[in-house]
Amino acid sequence: MAATRLSGGVVVTDGQRPTEGGGEAPSRRGGRGLPGVPPGETLRPSTDTIWTWLDAVPDPEIPVISLTDLGIIRDVAYEGDTLIVTVTPTYSGCPATSIINLDIETALRGHGIEQLELRRQLSPAWTTDWMTQSGRDKLEAYGIAPPQPAGGPEKCPHCGSQAVEKMSQFGSTPCKAQWRCTACLEPFDYFKCI
Amino acid sequence: MATSDKDMLVQFLLRMGDNSLILGHRVSEWCGHAPVLEEDIALANTALDLIGQTQFWLGYAAEVMDGDKTADDVAFLRDVWNFRNILLVELPNGDFGQTLMRQFLFDAYQSILLPRLSKSSDPRVAEIAEKASKECAYHVERSADTVVGLGDGTEESHARMQAALDRLWPYVGEMFASDDIDAAMAAAGIAPDPASLRSEYDALVGKVMAEATLTIPQSDFAHKGGRSGKTHTEHLGHLLTQMQWLQRAYPGASW
Ligand SMILES: [Zn+2]
Repeated sequence: MAATRLSGGVVVTDGQRPTEGGGEAPSRRGGRGLPGVPPGETLRPSTDTIWTWLDAVPDPEIPVISLTDLGIIRDVAYEGDTLIVTVTPTYSGCPATSIINLDIETALRGHGIEQLELRRQLSPAWTTDWMTQSGRDKLEAYGIAPPQPAGGPEKCPHCGSQAVEKMSQFGSTPCKAQWRCTACLEPFDYFKCI
Repeated sequence: MATSDKDMLVQFLLRMGDNSLILGHRVSEWCGHAPVLEEDIALANTALDLIGQTQFWLGYAAEVMDGDKTADDVAFLRDVWNFRNILLVELPNGDFGQTLMRQFLFDAYQSILLPRLSKSSDPRVAEIAEKASKECAYHVERSADTVVGLGDGTEESHARMQAALDRLWPYVGEMFASDDIDAAMAAAGIAPDPASLRSEYDALVGKVMAEATLTIPQSDFAHKGGRSGKTHTEHLGHLLTQMQWLQRAYPGASW
């Protein structure tokens, strides 16, 4: 836990730094190509397609929700032939951040994306308001109470009782707190609202 | 940016980054030792947030410095005299009460400073502060609650919290002792003059200590020297021998 190394494994550039290149040359590449795309065809998948691929990348700590459910993918765009994926961290020190970057890279490279840059964006700071409704539903079904503006869970994710109490402001990952249901007596994780 | 302006900015960023690095390290020393599991997890999470914020502050400091340094170089390859953290954060943890008292005294300061910094004329400073500010709001809620819970608790916990406040109060003044670096930052609109935050700080700390039934010491004597780097306590060197050991023993080691 002591600070032995500050940075993660994947090279990430900062969102505010000016970028190089950026011409709008048509994206054509021969060679390996994308699955199902004949060589010589345009090899640039649409950003909608990229979003669909990212929808399938699970959060490494709470695998029932995807990175897009979590709301941390802020932008997908091309600069010239390079695909830029802009990601914002949930918490400054979240150890999953470098794994998330690695997972995004692995997934997109697996779909044949070769020129890829991940960009970190700090502002606007991530908020649980960016979590999708489907993400909130999946959390609850998994047994984690979704974030609420009121600052505490609406109900026990196990039995639905509203008789709940806080055990600790922090939990098993930076994004969660520990609560307990006084009706069914089960402890549960609450996804912190920030 | 003129060289001297750049140096001033680096000094400011080191002050921010070193505070969170050294406190983050200190708090992480509790990992596996806290009185109950929930507190252990809470302390580890707090440390993690602080180390994460350090990565942003020192990462930016490294960019502004000449050369191709990284946040890791700045954190692990400087010696005691180059650290710019306040003395409060390098003090040993003491008991659990003293750790939480220190945390509150620091969180209270950050909870006032960071929202101002999020309006900094320097966009990098502003975005780091915006992110850190949300985490700090969560930290100060918990540390204030714990100070109140223990201060207004049993006879034993009250006595320990009063002793912690008496021990740490002489280290509070340094947070507000402005110098020429602060003046340069204020003139450039990068950061507020810390002296201007004092009344708001005293109001917040006064309110929490009253609720905790604790008495703030009368004396305004302040130990100084950490922010300026003139004199650190003997404790910082010992902390660094542990924190920097790996990079010292195996230069350039990574995984
Ligand atoms: Zn229940």
